[in-house]
Amino acid sequence: MKNLWDLAGVFAYLSLLTVGGGMAAFPEMKELTVDTYHWLTFPELLHFYSLGQLAPGPNMMMVASIGVVVGHIPGALVALVAFFLPTGLLTFFIGRLWTHLATWRWRPSIQAGLGSVAVGLVLAGAIIMGRGAITDLFFGVISLVVFLLLWRTKINPAYPIVASGLVGMALHYFTTT
Amino acid sequence: MSVADTSPPPPPPSLGKLFWVFLVMGATSLGGGVVGYLRTGLVVRQRWLDDLSFVELLSISQTLPGLNATNMSILVGDRLRGGMGAIVATLGMCLPGASLMIAAGFAYGAGGDGPWSKAFLHGIAAGAVGLIVVVLVQLGAKTLRTLADYVFVVLTAVAVAFFKVPVPYALIVAGIVAIWWHRPRDKDVP
Repeated sequence: MKNLWDLAGVFAYLSLLTVGGGMAAFPEMKELTVDTYHWLTFPELLHFYSLGQLAPGPNMMMVASIGVVVGHIPGALVALVAFFLPTGLLTFFIGRLWTHLATWRWRPSIQAGLGSVAVGLVLAGAIIMGRGAITDLFFGVISLVVFLLLWRTKINPAYPIVASGLVGMALHYFTTT
Repeated sequence: MSVADTSPPPPPPSLGKLFWVFLVMGATSLGGGVVGYLRTGLVVRQRWLDDLSFVELLSISQTLPGLNATNMSILVGDRLRGGMGAIVATLGMCLPGASLMIAAGFAYGAGGDGPWSKAFLHGIAAGAVGLIVVVLVQLGAKTLRTLADYVFVVLTAVAVAFFKVPVPYALIVAGIVAIWWHRPRDKDVP
């Protein structure tokens, strides 16, 4: 029961950090779910995050997987509600207000200022995730190839990501046999 | 500022129809890039929004905390059918992905974490890093205009990733400095 309260607190808090996308909350998510509460290991967190990129819809549905690990179905529901309700309410009310602020002089300032900070937070998330996922040159090459493919072509990201998984399995096959 | 429409916009959809359209987008927007799916669904196919309002709602979604996909569902749902619209649109958007990831959580616990699936997941984690860097480049190209913007990006990222500064502090301090840097100047006033 206490776990569910912890889940609610952690994900409600993470929810408010997702400025510029879910990745902005990743550094703090690692800190809390792995280092503070030991709900899962860093590789497990990376696995869920990456699987979440393959799921349709909003790309942070992996919070439901962490919820399952901590408290089965109730855990998943608590994690989802905690992660989506606070920012949801904020968006709902500020969204109504924001359209009335179209001519407010500070509005472009807030958008430009928060925009660059958001990019910085996403970059921090990418660095922390990269440290866990790129364990040697081989995985670095996978990241680089996926990056170049997605940057230069209009291919659906699901294909190169699934292909990376298959390459990972091939590596496992050749290193264990 | 209203642009004369060439054809009258369709009447607002029923709540059931709203839920269904968002459910379909929630189930089919594979591989990220939900924004593209949203535009196709809402602007092109259903004609519930014009491009101007779509971009306006998107800029709100991107400025506020929360994911683009859910923020857009809330804003579009609210604009079309008020509070209930926001709720059904968000539920529709989230339901498919959430069900899948709940299933993934159980599968992982039930022996889905053997060496083969670990090798697969390690591979997709490396691939996902490539995906994030692309998102980063696209986000940066849209957002960063001056040298100062790049300085804010690097300072924020270094503080969080290397000096373990908690994200809320980084967000508040860098946010205030960056917003102040972009503060309205007198010359902007018409």
